Amino acid sequence: MSQDLKTAAPDTGLRIRTEVKAQDASAAEVREPDIVIEKLNLAYGENHVLHDISMAIEDRRVTALIGPSGCGKSTLIRCINRMNDLIDDVKVWGTLRVKGLDINARSTDVIEVRRRVGMVFQKSNPFPKSIYENVVYGLRIAGINDKATLDEACERSLRGAALWDEVKERLGESGLGLSGGQMQRLCIARAIAVEPEVLLMDEPCSALDPIATLKIEELIYQLKEQYTIVIVTHNLQQAARVSDRTAFFWLGRLVEYGNTPDIFTKPKDKLTEDYITGRFG
Amino acid sequence: MSRLLTSLRRGDPMIWFTGSALGVCILMIAGLILVILVNGLSFFWPQPLVQVTLKDGGVFLGEVASREAIPDPGQPGHLERRRIQLRVGNRDLLGYDFRWIDEDDVAGRERPEHAYFVERREYGPLLGVPVLVKEGETVRAGDTAAAERLLPELVARARRDRAAVEEIEKDEIGEINHRIEQARLEARRLDFLARQEPGRDLSEERAELERQAAGQQALFQEKTEELSRLMERAGTTYVTFRTAGGAEKELRSLDIYRAYPANRLSWPGRLGVYAGRLWEFFSGDPRESNTEGGIFPAIFGTVLMVLIMSMIVVPLGVLAALYLREYARQGTLVRTVRIAVNNLAGVPSIVFGVFGLGFFVYFVGGGIDRVFFPESLPTPTFGTGGILWASLTLALLTVPVVIVASEEALAAVPRSMREASLAMGATKFQTILRVVLPAAAPGILTGLILAMARGAGEVAPLMLTGVVKLAPELPLDGYFPFFHLDRKFMHLGFHIYDVGFQSPNVEAAKPMVYTTTIFLLVIVILLNLTAIVVRNKLREKYKTGAF
Repeated sequence: MSQDLKTAAPDTGLRIRTEVKAQDASAAEVREPDIVIEKLNLAYGENHVLHDISMAIEDRRVTALIGPSGCGKSTLIRCINRMNDLIDDVKVWGTLRVKGLDINARSTDVIEVRRRVGMVFQKSNPFPKSIYENVVYGLRIAGINDKATLDEACERSLRGAALWDEVKERLGESGLGLSGGQMQRLCIARAIAVEPEVLLMDEPCSALDPIATLKIEELIYQLKEQYTIVIVTHNLQQAARVSDRTAFFWLGRLVEYGNTPDIFTKPKDKLTEDYITGRFG
Repeated sequence: MSRLLTSLRRGDPMIWFTGSALGVCILMIAGLILVILVNGLSFFWPQPLVQVTLKDGGVFLGEVASREAIPDPGQPGHLERRRIQLRVGNRDLLGYDFRWIDEDDVAGRERPEHAYFVERREYGPLLGVPVLVKEGETVRAGDTAAAERLLPELVARARRDRAAVEEIEKDEIGEINHRIEQARLEARRLDFLARQEPGRDLSEERAELERQAAGQQALFQEKTEELSRLMERAGTTYVTFRTAGGAEKELRSLDIYRAYPANRLSWPGRLGVYAGRLWEFFSGDPRESNTEGGIFPAIFGTVLMVLIMSMIVVPLGVLAALYLREYARQGTLVRTVRIAVNNLAGVPSIVFGVFGLGFFVYFVGGGIDRVFFPESLPTPTFGTGGILWASLTLALLTVPVVIVASEEALAAVPRSMREASLAMGATKFQTILRVVLPAAAPGILTGLILAMARGAGEVAPLMLTGVVKLAPELPLDGYFPFFHLDRKFMHLGFHIYDVGFQSPNVEAAKPMVYTTTIFLLVIVILLNLTAIVVRNKLREKYKTGAF
């Protein structure tokens, strides 16, 4: 049900046409926010990277973060599961709540945060273990070793990641023997095996060929039934295809945030317009 | 001319130059291995026996060991005349093993058919013709032909009898001695207790101990008698050999290890002698202050020491590397530590030996003795060199290698893999244990391989911390607690030094230096190969994805 919509950029000759999938009726309605970000700031040492970001990410929707390289979208997504803790000399202030849990509070257990917020990385990174062990890794580190539970979780997650039919015969083989797209879906299966509430995806398709990309996109479409998904992407078409909400970042600031069709067809801000029409970025 | 110029411009001379440097290196290594192999492996090959008659009437029988020009500077015949070196054996009769003979003095050479090469318990080989076999007073063979027929059976019986004697001596009497020693130590402990608590009544324990000791003494008597009965039966057969010089030597058949007619030996026969000697060398205990017999205790000691060292050095090195790479805040201090660790690898090994002696042996070992074995003092138990201290010293010597290799391996584990694990909610410790360490295992094993290669070849620090010329008891045996880490041990590297330079009979022991070297090389290679195979298996398992 997709249709061609011309972007509303002024006629300058240089223009990129972005296909926008028309939204289901349900996508328009406003839902309870799942992730609430208020005046979030982040600095690496002296380098102030995120400036007063405030946004509400809705429950079981796909929210795409777009913007030129270095605009802070990956940094923001890594704030949600506190992956920035790994970097020395990082300072975060402001609030970020996932289902009411204050992520940055001193009392919050980072392990708990990461169990509730799963993540899929740009470069697929399966462990050098069997497919089975890759999927059940999250359960194992949580101390679950019951065979039946693990088997059940493995099948459920692999089905959820649309990988089950391709690998069910060779669960014992190394996860590194899969193709690029399969590896990325394996990483998604691994992330959803622990049944997180939020799924973060940091450019999940940037290293994949178009067909594998398409499969992941279809998968995202299915996954949003159950999970709140935040996806960082450089591919504007992809953002338009998979997301319900789009946020545009520029130099560490949230410039515009709204329904995906609105952002792509009638952006309110000049910067957004320039970016999505390919004038910079 | 222009072709030369082009060639110069292309840099051909540099290629030749560098290529020849490599060639020289390869030649030197190949030459080294060849020299060791040729000298070592030819040692066991049975040589023909040559009987040389001199112009002055002297007769010598022996293997031709070497032939060389006689240096006679200034004379017209300088380096034209030759002399041969005969290995004449019969040290008990002649007083020497080797004799140089000028070829000018030789009147005749022959290869006597009935000449035997006899390996025996003492005094090196006996070379001569068997002429008489006596059992007690009965003559069982009165001439050479009959004696030759009897010899193989006698040698085989001697082997069986020796095994029986050894079983009684080593296993049964050894067991009794062990218990008597235990009782003696227990008695000393009681004395010690009595000194500490003068009021305590220990008479009951003492009586019990005395009863035990008496029982063991009776058992000891019994076994000694059994042994002497066996010796009476086995030790009454004598074979008389006539040497080339005409002397006759009576040899107890029990003392004959091997006897073969060197000049009549067929090819399979020679191979048999060769294989037999090689096996004896590998599996036997040394005799005659290490110049004869085997080197098994040295092989065992070397392997065990390397294994103990590996068990200590890997955990230590990996933990240190983990701290340096994963936990420590990278800064000046860590950099300094890293440089210090690298430099530690360059410290001369004897320095580690001195440290091992001072710290492990005297300080730690002495401390253990004072606390746990006060009853046997002043005889040290751990306060003297032993395999544990030697292994610890070598572990210290090789730990920098393991740390450096492990650090590199840890650094090579992709960041994305750690992030994946952490993002799943794993703690840092879980991530290290389940993801980082398995992925780094091949690199860590490379460190271990380097450490083993270095550790197995070190001799200097061992001489200070526990290696001895002759250790009759292996560090691993059937007596509780089975592993005797306090025991001194033998080591192939030290054995080479000892046989080659400390031996009373250097000329005879020279080939053993080469053979022992071969075994040392083979063992180092085998240990390394094992580690390499394991590493490649792991690499196969953890090879990073094709992305």
